Amino acid sequence: MKAAEAESHKALMGRASIWQDIRRIGLYTLVRLFGLFVTVLVGVYLAILIANMGGRVDELRLAQIRSTVSEAVRADRAFFDMPAERRNELIERQVKLEVERLRLDQPFIVRSFDYLYQAIRLNLGRAEQMHSDAGSREVYDIIVERLPATLLLFGTANILVFFTSLFIALYLSRRYGSGLDRAVIGLAPTSAAPGWFYGIFLILIFSFLARMLPPGGMVDAPPPEGRLDYGLDVLKHMILPVSAMFLSSIFISIYSWRTFFLIYSSEDYVEMARAKGLPAGTIERRYILRPTLPPIVTSFAMMLIGLWGGAIILEQVFNWPGLGTLMFRAIGHRDTPVIIASVVIFAYLLALTVFLLDIIYAILDPRVKLQGGGGK
Amino acid sequence: MSRWAQGLGQLKKYPSAVAGLGIIAFMVGLSVYAVIAVPYGEALDKWRGGKHWQENPINAAPAWTNWFRRENLPSTIIVRSEETAVSRDTFPGGRRLRMVLPFEYGWSVFPSEMNLFLQARFREQEPFVRMTWHTPDGRKITLGGRRVIADDRVSISQDWDLERRLGDVPHVALLADPDAEGLPRVLKGRYELEIEAILFEEDARMEASFVSYGRVHGRAGTDHQRRDLIVALLWGTPVALAFGLIAAVGTTVTTLVIAAAGVWFGGWIDALIQRITEVNMILPMLPILVMVGTLYSTSIWLMLGVVVAFGIFSGGIKMYRSMLLPVVSAPYIEAARAYGAGHGRIVMRYMIPRILPVLIPGFVTLIPTFVFLEASLAVLGLGDPVLPTWGKVLDDSLREGALYNRYYYWVIEPAALLMLTGLGFAMLGFALDRIFNPRLRAV
Repeated sequence: MKAAEAESHKALMGRASIWQDIRRIGLYTLVRLFGLFVTVLVGVYLAILIANMGGRVDELRLAQIRSTVSEAVRADRAFFDMPAERRNELIERQVKLEVERLRLDQPFIVRSFDYLYQAIRLNLGRAEQMHSDAGSREVYDIIVERLPATLLLFGTANILVFFTSLFIALYLSRRYGSGLDRAVIGLAPTSAAPGWFYGIFLILIFSFLARMLPPGGMVDAPPPEGRLDYGLDVLKHMILPVSAMFLSSIFISIYSWRTFFLIYSSEDYVEMARAKGLPAGTIERRYILRPTLPPIVTSFAMMLIGLWGGAIILEQVFNWPGLGTLMFRAIGHRDTPVIIASVVIFAYLLALTVFLLDIIYAILDPRVKLQGGGGK
Repeated sequence: MSRWAQGLGQLKKYPSAVAGLGIIAFMVGLSVYAVIAVPYGEALDKWRGGKHWQENPINAAPAWTNWFRRENLPSTIIVRSEETAVSRDTFPGGRRLRMVLPFEYGWSVFPSEMNLFLQARFREQEPFVRMTWHTPDGRKITLGGRRVIADDRVSISQDWDLERRLGDVPHVALLADPDAEGLPRVLKGRYELEIEAILFEEDARMEASFVSYGRVHGRAGTDHQRRDLIVALLWGTPVALAFGLIAAVGTTVTTLVIAAAGVWFGGWIDALIQRITEVNMILPMLPILVMVGTLYSTSIWLMLGVVVAFGIFSGGIKMYRSMLLPVVSAPYIEAARAYGAGHGRIVMRYMIPRILPVLIPGFVTLIPTFVFLEASLAVLGLGDPVLPTWGKVLDDSLREGALYNRYYYWVIEPAALLMLTGLGFAMLGFALDRIFNPRLRAV
């Protein structure tokens, strides 16, 4: 009787603790999401302030209004017979109306919040000269078209670096002082060079000297028929850029995690586990990896954030049709709306990265607590 | 102070640190040499291109690449009329000059281009020249005649008429062996370019220089604008070091002071610093640099300012904060307060020096990041408009398809210097890290 009661009580407790966990993570997510949203808000606002320091955004908007209005007037059949002067007058009047409607006659401080609202809603305006491959002039379309390519390349490379370095680091921490270990330490300084830099050498060696792999692009021209062939072709084009990123960050991440694991594996509780005679695998998983995961995830986040920056040039070097190449072209065209929009998109992507890692962090580390809510 | 001396003494035990220091010393030496050998103004002027370089070949590899070749590539030959015998005879109302520009051609590879530069000084009537080519086997090829304007360039290689007449590009056909079957072969020996000039004024003068452009040039080769790459490679060194050093010092020192102030004052100041850092962390640095470069100016110093400004509230603040937090409650800080030390004194003299040794390695490893950042910006086309830098050379080479055209030296030279600098600082930094962070020393 008593035993059964205890059993059911235990089950209740278990369910309650699961609920508590979910509530804890949910609440944590909400709070973090809100915090990050405010952060993005401030960040984008800063970007707008920087961009508009010379009044450039205003000029752009004026030019955009003028061109849309004159296009509309010229295209309207009702005004076809109008003499040129009258038509110009009409355009001027329309522009003035539009300026008033968009409140461009108001001080910048007031308008800057309007810009912020537009940017946060991803209402990014029209490009000056560029257009998407589908032909759209909307900056949003142009960017969204390029986003998957960037995510594919950087997602693959980062995940590859993360897991490879983790496993090699664990392996080396077991055999520190060995030849391989020393080699990795010796090679760590080579990570001073960014991925695009290695990319140049890889292109030189594998595309021009050995002629094994394509020097750039995402698919052959013309693209192969069929999904499988297409996928394989993309894969072939990914080898060099991914290896460039891999080369530039693998040694430093192995080095730093190996050091990290070594420090942690000299903790007393690890020694205790060893003394108990637990198998090496268990010690690694439960006693070394588990407590070190949160800091590992943090450093992974830092690496990701750093890599977003390097993305632009790596893509440019490999002619990869992603956000970076887009930005590079936008610089060439001096297409300011696209450049500003890329800053906004990058800010969003960074915030997203931070957010995802926060969630993982909360799941991994039971100590993450919220003031006033959930928690233990 | 003894701790520093001790640490530096330990450096000797790390071969990588010694190598790193050696590389850094070499770079510093190169910078000093660059600044002395080519003064700043001259470097900018030269790098702008133009007439300085008209006697240099286009895209010539460095001369030392010949060591690795079975067949030596020709270097540039310049023959000036000032250095040769000129016969003059005067006639009423003018003079006739006969200049012979001789040169010895001993390579078996053809030159890349041939030009004749004529400088005539006259008042009204333009002089007239007629050019004849003498080959070692005694053939005579007329190159035609023309009027000479003040500073004239006779592009022998681009003379279409001549090309049609000879059946091949002039700089090949003029040196080719007439008896060779199949591919043209160089006829080695002494060539002469004879120039007959008629000047229509008594005091008119004329000088000529013939240039047979080689395929190798100097210690570093040339680029697509005939510029000698050595200027940019040399001057890139002080620019890279200055950029890296200033950016690293600027960000580390300000970040440290701000982190220390935040920890010391606590409360809302600390909270504000934390929030600013979080905002700054989601601001994409490179896109913003690109934006600033596009909208304002690509001056390297403006870029440096932006880099430092954004580097101040970087992730480093969080790290320093966690290091400084235990320091605040240390007894010696309490003692300092007791004797009446001000806030500024405690932050600057008591807190910061305490964690400084731990920061030195990070600081050293930060330098190459900024050196590469400058190159990254240049590769994006946002390099400084006037300064010659490694990044700009790399940018030029990639834009001109150097890899595709097999001008490998053009890519490898700046890249090797960048890599060398990066490795130098990184190796020193890693060794310092092991010396100054005792937790790492055991492992």
